[in-house]
Amino acid sequence: MSFAESPSRSLELPRLPFRRLLWPAVLVATAILVMLPASALPAWAWKYPSAWQIPLSPWISAFMKWLMERASFGLFTVHDATRAFAWTLDLPLSFAKSLLATGFVQGLGSDAVTIVPAIPWFSMIMVSVVAAFAVGGRQLAIPMALGLVYLVVFGQWSSAMVTLASVLVSSILGSIGGLLLGLACVRWRALDRMVSPVLDVAQTMPVFAYLLPMLILFGFGPVSAMVATVIYAMPPMVRVSVIAIRAVPEEVLALGRMTGCTRRQLTWKMLVPTALPALMVGVNQVIMLSLNVVIIASMIGAGGLGWDVLSALRSLNIGAGLEAGVAITVLAVLLDRFAQALAVRSARPPMRDEAARLFRRRAIIVALALAVVLWLATAFQPEIAPYPDAWRLSTGPFWNQLVSWINITFFSTLEAIKTAILLNVLIPVKRFMLALPWPWVVAIVAIAGWRLGGWRLALTVGLMALFMAVVGLWQASMITVYLCGVSVIISALIGVPVGVAAAQRPKLWRVVEAVIDTLQTLPTFVYLIPIVMLFRVGDFTALIAIVLYAVAPAIRYTAHGVARISPHLIEAGAMNGCTRRQILTRIRLPLAIPEIMLGINQTIMLALSMLVITALVGTRDLGQVTFAALAKADVGAGLVAGFCVAFIGMIADRLISAGAARMKARRGLEA
Amino acid sequence: MSHPILACRGVAKLFGANAGRFVKDGRFSGSPEELAAAGVTAAVRDVDLDIARGETFVIMGLSGSGKSTLVRCLSALTPPSAGEVLFEDHDLMKMPEGDLIRIRRHQMGMVFQHFALLPHLTVLGNVAFPLDVQGMPRAKREERAHEMIKLVGLQGREGRFPRELSGGQQQRVGIARSLAVGPDLWFLDEPFSALDPLIRREMQDEVLRLQGMLKKTIIFITHDFDEAVRVADRIAIMKDGRIEQIGTAEELVLNPATDYVRAFTREAPRAKILTARSIMATPVDGADFAGEIQAGARIAAFAHDVEASPKPYAVVEDGKVIGVVDRLAMIDVLVGRERKSVAA
Repeated sequence: MSFAESPSRSLELPRLPFRRLLWPAVLVATAILVMLPASALPAWAWKYPSAWQIPLSPWISAFMKWLMERASFGLFTVHDATRAFAWTLDLPLSFAKSLLATGFVQGLGSDAVTIVPAIPWFSMIMVSVVAAFAVGGRQLAIPMALGLVYLVVFGQWSSAMVTLASVLVSSILGSIGGLLLGLACVRWRALDRMVSPVLDVAQTMPVFAYLLPMLILFGFGPVSAMVATVIYAMPPMVRVSVIAIRAVPEEVLALGRMTGCTRRQLTWKMLVPTALPALMVGVNQVIMLSLNVVIIASMIGAGGLGWDVLSALRSLNIGAGLEAGVAITVLAVLLDRFAQALAVRSARPPMRDEAARLFRRRAIIVALALAVVLWLATAFQPEIAPYPDAWRLSTGPFWNQLVSWINITFFSTLEAIKTAILLNVLIPVKRFMLALPWPWVVAIVAIAGWRLGGWRLALTVGLMALFMAVVGLWQASMITVYLCGVSVIISALIGVPVGVAAAQRPKLWRVVEAVIDTLQTLPTFVYLIPIVMLFRVGDFTALIAIVLYAVAPAIRYTAHGVARISPHLIEAGAMNGCTRRQILTRIRLPLAIPEIMLGINQTIMLALSMLVITALVGTRDLGQVTFAALAKADVGAGLVAGFCVAFIGMIADRLISAGAARMKARRGLEA
Repeated sequence: MSHPILACRGVAKLFGANAGRFVKDGRFSGSPEELAAAGVTAAVRDVDLDIARGETFVIMGLSGSGKSTLVRCLSALTPPSAGEVLFEDHDLMKMPEGDLIRIRRHQMGMVFQHFALLPHLTVLGNVAFPLDVQGMPRAKREERAHEMIKLVGLQGREGRFPRELSGGQQQRVGIARSLAVGPDLWFLDEPFSALDPLIRREMQDEVLRLQGMLKKTIIFITHDFDEAVRVADRIAIMKDGRIEQIGTAEELVLNPATDYVRAFTREAPRAKILTARSIMATPVDGADFAGEIQAGARIAAFAHDVEASPKPYAVVEDGKVIGVVDRLAMIDVLVGRERKSVAA
């Protein structure tokens, strides 16, 4: 541990050399530590002794057990309360499912009698296209029609409707809940201070980690998945609500009070409507996150498209997996477009032309009425409801053949790429990370925190790092850091140059933006499908999936940062005789660095969330620990591993944000 | 001024963590040095005002003078740190919230600098909004809103949304909205500062026209002395949270109480402010007059006649000659030369 003390001793040195020498010194010390023979340091420094571990996960498991079996509010037990809650939440969920997918059924098994059938596909398509037309006009209605027809023709309809039902219910609950919590945070500052860190954890913690406690609290079933979904999807809505409501001009508030609004009138007649366009951005995020989680959660038996993909992957039926994956994509794109159109519409006045408006309203009413009539018709003539099998298409066999052809033809090339990267990049980095003594890593994190944000930050990030060792998940955490770190570096190496290039070429930017928008709309799960096909399971597959998913913010923030720089500065540079390259390297890049850092921060967050999904393809990191805990229903282990992932994300976030803020302040960009 | 509609006594508004230290028993005390040492800013201090029913009272000052804070205290949007605000002899700060809401719903209206129009409502919806808040049925409130929209000359634009209107039109909507409840007390907080100069004049005329019809009590905030002169019955000039002087435009120009007021009024359009009474000289018996001028007439109204005539004009009030005005006296005043013989 003598090396760890060296920075504190050098505190007595004069200020300037100390600053300059700190990081080189840390680097040299790290290199020496890695090369030291195992005997040079006591054994506890290499491997955190199990005797020192805090048995946090058994404690949590025991607490949950106690909570569900013993704990009581007097009149009723906690168990009763949570089950009642689950029952209440199940009402809207099963209603939506019955309406969209299964129909309202009485009785069980073979005795079941359908009372009201589900909305048949043709009625649903009519309603959706009409809704799309009303919200976004022709540009939205046409893709909506094409997308839904794809779902029908390729036989994905019923799974897609199960998924859609969960997404709709959880986004509605998430949006309303997020708005209410956001309003409460605006009203009570103390609540805001309490909620903010909880939101951080909820957003960075992998979904698997809280699926488990939900299962225990609410029982096995779709409700648990829904609660987990809502918890995961709500934080952005809370954040957006707080920001949007605070951004309402002070004069509007004064107006409310001058006209004698009560508090309720002030909130619902003024604040919320005024902030609506911004709030809709949050709703869009909630919908997309919900879809993402619903897909993951369907793996624990909720059915729907996620389940189709997973079972296809397991049976190596690439074609079927791909078609279901495309169905998820279609659903994601349609939901995203629809939500965006809603947001845009709320910021725009409706049509002025009275006659056109009337005509449109009539057309909508006629279409809806027709849809309802057709729906009712299926109640009396059930045989018209299903889509005829004879019309069904499948491209599955084609894809299966294509993949086998690629695999046969290019096997050696693909294998060579994979092996080269594994041997030259992944394995050395992994060895290096695992070779570092844990106290030194904790110390480095703390030093970085201290340099960037003072002792308070040092304490926070240091304790978070220590937590991973103390709960005995150091190894898994380091593998997570390694996989995440390599992916982030690759993402940055790709993303920053692409962003810089795109920022200066509007045409290129349009293409790039379309690509990254699509990449970000897709649920994490979909990425795995083609990559697993080509490279099978393992760290390399995980790496590609993570990079694909996480590269988007690196590109977006870089492009934004570079493009946003004041034109006066560029003009000043040009007048001083800078070449294009000099303008880029001397003016644009230095000024864009804080923005780029925030992009990298986002990249890290996305990488972590993807990382956990890649546990499905056999990585050995924290994701695997959570995933295994889920399989064994070990709440404690799952939660603790989840916290580790969340802490890795939060350490990165805190350090980078502090760095970016400091840099911005130093450059006078923002206070 | 025996029974002011709105009055305030010793009002102060302090900002800062230690603000409470300077208020004792509802009174503010503290020197600027003590305040600065404690990190407290006094946005408003020691303000006493009486605003008479039906007058147009202008509070003017530069940015940071505390005029906006003061109007927020007067309308009870911000509670003052010390002092009391009396609306029809009732302290706004001490009354139950329900009473305050009732007064605001029926007796106060406010126009805001940045219009504060609700983006999701049409012109009609915005104007009807205060009535909606009161729970007035739709047909009735929209009828009233239509009247108000007509009053400000925006008929035909009821279905527009705020962002489809020009700045001047938006503020007309703001004016219509503030008048919809038929308030007794009408606050205009820098209503035209965000508008172009030409539109600003047009809107000032609009306020004068409305005031001629409606006879409200107006509290008008501005940083523009010309605007104050155009609309005001009386003007209060604020600086550093204090009121430097209250008076008619004429009193401020002729008898500035402080150097600040003097500097402020030096460039004022005197011809439009000063009356014959304030520039006349004592009449000499048996003088020969070119004509008669009413004592209350402003210079701008008679300057042409006086200038054209070599003989002085008589200043009359109730048919009696109370003074004389000649070319020289008029020019002295207009160029701001000190005069020795101003009539009392």
